[in-house]
Amino acid sequence: MTAVVTANGLTKRFKTQLALDGASFQIESGRIVGLIGPNGAGKTTALKAILGLTTFDGHLSVLGLDPRKDRDKLMEQVCFIADVAVLPRWLKVRDAVDFVANTHPRFDRAKCDAFLARTKLQPGQKVKQLSKGMIVQLHLALVMSIDAKLLVLDEPTLGLDILYRKQFYQSLLEDYFDEEKTILVTTHQVEEIEHILTDLMFIRDGKIVLDTDMDSLGERFAEVLVSAELAAAARELKPLDERQVFGKSIFLFDNVSRPQLESLGEVRRPSIGDLFVATMKGTYA
Amino acid sequence: MKSFYWLVKREFWEHKGGFVTAPIVAGLIALVLNVMLLITAEVLGKRWAGTDNHFNTNFDGAFKPDNLVQAGAVLDMTLYGVTFLILGVMAIVVFFYCLGALYDDRRDRSILFWKSLPLSDTNTVLSKAASAVVVAPAIAVVTGVIAGLLLMIVVSIFATFHGVPAWRLLMEAHPFRVVFTLLALLPLYAIWALPTLGWLMLCSAWARSKPFLWAIALPIGAGIIVSWFGLMGLFNLGSSWFWSNVVGRLLGSLVPGGWVGQNNELVIMHGHDDPASMLNSLDLAWHYSALANPSTWIGAVAGVAMIAAAIWFRRWRDDS
Repeated sequence: MTAVVTANGLTKRFKTQLALDGASFQIESGRIVGLIGPNGAGKTTALKAILGLTTFDGHLSVLGLDPRKDRDKLMEQVCFIADVAVLPRWLKVRDAVDFVANTHPRFDRAKCDAFLARTKLQPGQKVKQLSKGMIVQLHLALVMSIDAKLLVLDEPTLGLDILYRKQFYQSLLEDYFDEEKTILVTTHQVEEIEHILTDLMFIRDGKIVLDTDMDSLGERFAEVLVSAELAAAARELKPLDERQVFGKSIFLFDNVSRPQLESLGEVRRPSIGDLFVATMKGTYA
Repeated sequence: MKSFYWLVKREFWEHKGGFVTAPIVAGLIALVLNVMLLITAEVLGKRWAGTDNHFNTNFDGAFKPDNLVQAGAVLDMTLYGVTFLILGVMAIVVFFYCLGALYDDRRDRSILFWKSLPLSDTNTVLSKAASAVVVAPAIAVVTGVIAGLLLMIVVSIFATFHGVPAWRLLMEAHPFRVVFTLLALLPLYAIWALPTLGWLMLCSAWARSKPFLWAIALPIGAGIIVSWFGLMGLFNLGSSWFWSNVVGRLLGSLVPGGWVGQNNELVIMHGHDDPASMLNSLDLAWHYSALANPSTWIGAVAGVAMIAAAIWFRRWRDDS
């Protein structure tokens, strides 16, 4: 496997605060990586740095290129959906396809037409006449028809209803993703991408605080349902987090041996959401 | 090159209303107003016909060959005039187009979509500049010429009421020469417009908000300060020089024919008091003599520098 993105000591300072504080990480090709963090943790800044949209300090290589210097070349291989509804309101569906088809060397028009045929979008419609969900459908159809090596998604489903959200990730998985491609996604709706991720990164205060693949996540972290009488013993093992449900306690453990945990109670794999809450405790305090 | 063509096309899609509809509407208004004027003249002429034969006597003389030449020149001037009017409307459209060109998509964040495509910022900015000083004026000239030709035909038809055959009059006009002159003036217009083009696009790329205010306030504020210092007698350079050569050029160079004031010697003053010889004296060579003036080139260089700065801001401005 080759690295698509390599970041070392990535730092970005705004006037008053540090958006990225020496973040280092690596993204291998053929992965779907979730970059999860609280508001203001530096997610968007990190993505912008990768896309060459902002200046930064430190080392960053995307597909072997420096996004600051070789942005034009990089964008042939990298695609992104920045947020919902960034398509210009005056653009017609037909013109959008024409434009991308004629300016992007890796765009497959037949593919795009096929994607659009599955939606209710009409060629003559302008973006301003479309609902939020339809705009995202159009954007996704355009982006999925581009044979890019890296696709960056920043809160792509923000403000969409659940039907569109499900459909969004399903299309990505079924019609787009393969081992040649890499997807980097940030979102707050963690539970929705949990099952599609292969890798997970938590970012907090501009630093990567967790960087793991989903398989080792299951080995490393464990959630144990402990009855009241064993709770004290569980606390001995220094859990990351503890919460109460129906008179029992749920403990979250990092790197504690499996047999030891099984003696305390029922062991299960923690959800990303619970892990996130436990890791980010005190962020806004 | 192909993406440049599509970038220009994109500008055309977005600004069809300003680039095409506005000149057509202006042309229609000019036509309607002129027809109304002609009808008024006819009616008034008829009403006063008993007392003073003013209108008819004028047209009676038109059969003399010399007068026909003058009539043809007047028709040519109609063509110029209508086109000039439409170019004026276009200048206003282009002024606001330039202010929004690198700002509007930052405000509505659609810049993030354009930046997700492999388009260089240089091409993006240059395509907008080309739309402003090449595409828009070309469309305005074409619209203006069509409207002017229609008006010429209308005038000639009115002339037939006074015994001058329409075709005879139309033969005396030189529509092709006029169209050629107008088209040949487009490159001069583009060079002349560079300082304003560059300044507005720079403000558009640089301002975090309200590019219009910045674009207007900075030069005018500077002018006021210079005038104030001038009033205090602090420097010798006249403040009127600053107003016309800096403020005027930064804000007003989109006005069609703005270079005319630069040609020191206005030929019109020297005995060319009839329409035909006046038109002849205002030929291409006379217009292009504006290029002999170094200030034209200094302005153009400043314009290019400001466009380069706009490209830099387009690349690095990070506020969406």
